[in-house]
Amino acid sequence: MTFDVARVRADFPILTREVNGHPLVYLDSANTSQKPVQVLDVMRVHNERHNGNVSRSVHTLGTEATSAYEDARAKIAGFVGAATPDEIVFTKNSTEAINLVAHSLGQHLALKPGDEVVISEMEHHSNIVPWQLLCERTGATLRWFGVTDDGRLAPDESLINERTKIVSVVHMSNVLGTINDVTGIVARAHEVGALVMLDCSQSVPHLPVDVQALGADFIAFTGHKMLGPTGIGVLWGRYSLLAEMPPFLAGGSMIETVTMGGTTYAAPPARFEAGTPPIAEAIGLGAAVDYLTALGMEAVHQHEQDITAYALKVLTDVPGVRLFGPATPEGRGGTLSFGVDGVHPHDVGQILDALGVEVRVGHHCAKPTCARFGVPAMTRASFYLYTTTDEIDALARGLDQVKKVFG
Amino acid sequence: MLDGLYQEIILDHYKHPHGRGLRDPFTGEAHHVNPTCGDEITVRVNSSSGEFTDISYDGLGCSISQASASVLYELLLNRSAADAAGIQDAFVALMQGRGQVEPDEDVLGDGIAFAGVAKFPARVKCALLPWMAFKDAAARAGIDVSSEASEVKA
Repeated sequence: MTFDVARVRADFPILTREVNGHPLVYLDSANTSQKPVQVLDVMRVHNERHNGNVSRSVHTLGTEATSAYEDARAKIAGFVGAATPDEIVFTKNSTEAINLVAHSLGQHLALKPGDEVVISEMEHHSNIVPWQLLCERTGATLRWFGVTDDGRLAPDESLINERTKIVSVVHMSNVLGTINDVTGIVARAHEVGALVMLDCSQSVPHLPVDVQALGADFIAFTGHKMLGPTGIGVLWGRYSLLAEMPPFLAGGSMIETVTMGGTTYAAPPARFEAGTPPIAEAIGLGAAVDYLTALGMEAVHQHEQDITAYALKVLTDVPGVRLFGPATPEGRGGTLSFGVDGVHPHDVGQILDALGVEVRVGHHCAKPTCARFGVPAMTRASFYLYTTTDEIDALARGLDQVKKVFG
Repeated sequence: MLDGLYQEIILDHYKHPHGRGLRDPFTGEAHHVNPTCGDEITVRVNSSSGEFTDISYDGLGCSISQASASVLYELLLNRSAADAAGIQDAFVALMQGRGQVEPDEDVLGDGIAFAGVAKFPARVKCALLPWMAFKDAAARAGIDVSSEASEVKA
């Protein structure tokens, strides 16, 4: 079955609206994606018909809610190739998933001065700050891969060594669009006995991701960037590691038994899901996974590769536009950051918005990446399964208008 | 709708900023950052007998924030603390007025061009960035330009 973008778009009610008198051109899916009716309906029906708390009720509604919640976990496990649904921990977002690992794994490994944690210069702040804090708490040293001029991780043979305990890098950059080939990093880390976490917030929504093939020990991703709702994220971890790690947040649902003298903890994933979870959101994410699975992630990825190739060509042809990140679609996804000569990204974004074209401007929560390219901010257009070549043309027309206003 | 935001006066100040560049001597300096967008500005003031004998600045930012710094320089240079406080108050009130405040050209000069910015909540902080940095720089020079006390403290 060929990928029919018009048919896909018909599933997304928001795509029919106008913004400032123009048809909406939504080019900000790396920030948050839009939701199809299939996701919205599942969440509405859950709240209208099946709402109950999970994992504790004997009544019918609670049982239905628990069953839907756990079904969602199983769908997500299948989607990323987890060995078992018990390897899927629901969190609030990717940020919480990374913080969970920084705390619990940091404690489990008893990090100390002399130990090293390795990240990169192309990380989102959520994959920088938790490790900075871990290093502050433990005295470990934070080190990082640099970024090349064409937006790739700069190879550094000695960076991962026998002192390295944790390596956490981004799978696909939220700024440069780079899809990192992590094979070498994972192999090197495991060779020296270090564990590997991958921030897959931008990759799981857009390309087939199989945790077994990646070879990492933990990955994080978030629901709202993959057609699901906000407030639900995912940590996948190898079960044997999760089983050894101490809890992160503590409270209800994460215990085995509690006395006034002490507590024993539930097995994963419950150990890491303290308190009432975002139930409807988890179920909504399960529906999003169903939607993506039905289309096929290969087909989604191929569509985005085609759009990206088109956009790279169109933007390269706009005089005064400087692209950041890989210049060809190979090893990159549909997230394009650029600068317009002499015009600040805020002004670019404002003029595009007046034309209904919604892009992200600013530092994209990745200030070191911007600094690497010598700019305080960038304009970013990001694509998804509903993006069309007409929308890329609308972006190019908008950029002509930007240059007219600031010419 | 953008005509209200990108007035010719604003674009002119952006392309040809007045008083830009950090200068010596100075008696107070402040560096402000807008954490959401990463825009930055450094403002220096030089004061003598409670008057701003120089205001200099440098920064990275959008047309609104940079033009606003240029207008600030025009409006507040060689003014007394009390005058500066009055103008600062008028500008802040205009920016926070959601487009409902009628600006007084006698007080705000080219600053009235920013009336349209007040209708874009995401951009109000851009316009205010240099003004907040100025207020801090003045405070470090011992001059309070907040509305409550526009007296010279030192």
